[in-house]
Amino acid sequence: MTVTRTDVQLMLDVKAGDQQSFELLLQRYRTPLVNFLYRMVRNREQAEDLAQEVFLRVYRAREDYEPSAKFTTWLFRIATNLALNSVRDHRYQKLEVSMDAPITADAEDGEERMMEVADEHPDIEQHLVEETRKKMIRHAIEKLPEKQRAAVLLHKYQELDYAEISKILQCSESALKSLLFRAYETLRVELAPLVANAVKH
Amino acid sequence: MSCEKMETRILAYVDGRLKDTERAEMDKHLGGCSACRVRVNEFRAVTDLLDELPVIEPSGAFNARVHALIAAEPEKRRGWLAWFTLSPRIAFAASMLLLLTVWIGSMQGPKQPQIADQDLPVVENADYDVISSFSPLSDLSQAPDDDASDNDASQPQQPQQM
Repeated sequence: MTVTRTDVQLMLDVKAGDQQSFELLLQRYRTPLVNFLYRMVRNREQAEDLAQEVFLRVYRAREDYEPSAKFTTWLFRIATNLALNSVRDHRYQKLEVSMDAPITADAEDGEERMMEVADEHPDIEQHLVEETRKKMIRHAIEKLPEKQRAAVLLHKYQELDYAEISKILQCSESALKSLLFRAYETLRVELAPLVANAVKH
Repeated sequence: MSCEKMETRILAYVDGRLKDTERAEMDKHLGGCSACRVRVNEFRAVTDLLDELPVIEPSGAFNARVHALIAAEPEKRRGWLAWFTLSPRIAFAASMLLLLTVWIGSMQGPKQPQIADQDLPVVENADYDVISSFSPLSDLSQAPDDDASDNDASQPQQPQQM
């Protein structure tokens, strides 16, 4: 019987010099991190660079690691700080590609992937409607102020609890609830046509 | 429960993260407030819409890039020097201790005898009359020649050999 080791156990093993445990953490968190960072910085290449930097920092800090908090709190705090700094610095402004870019395994084959998607959807009109919906949702998230955006992403996609998110964003739980409420209010307004349609049904 | 208080709980209500007692309070409020019921439904619709965004996969080279970054990390210093490198606070404390030791040592070193500390013998000479022996102008003839020293000072100084 295989027992799944917790993140903290894996990290303590990394601290003890076990490289294989680091590989397991890399495998477990590379997709959540890349998605979180991609939605934060809106550039795929930059998101991957930042996610790699997060893993490098985890590796560097392995000898000083103490399991005083949840591993995900620590991990996403590093990721959030990197993302917020990066967004504020506009270091990758020239490389910025809209989130409207096709979602593909590699950015380079985006056009090809679009063709494949079109082939998979004989009803082009339906496909365009779906793409327009996604575009609206992406735009609504993009328009949120960075901290609200981070709060929504951590809450919605990483499903972290309020205590964790408030530690990551370094604010009180009540401030976080207020932040999230404002963010969802903005999203409700931005997505009003889609929301109205959904509520009717 | 007021509509304002509901604002802090609406999201947790939609996500099912409320405690049972809080949920019961919300249900009671929503039963009598149509505006809040509409708001709850709209928030639920927003969270459902956010679910529509697809998940992206990292590129094929992702792990290899992480491994390359780690491989490029400098090796940590080995040997006794690493002790100082890894513990700057200990190194600082040690240097402070050294400075303190030197300072205390300098304070407790061999003292130069001071005049006030010495028991100077008092010589009493009954035969010597201070008043009659006083001759204020007697040393004038032996005064140093100021002009001569001025002349010496006017001589150009030899440049110092570097």
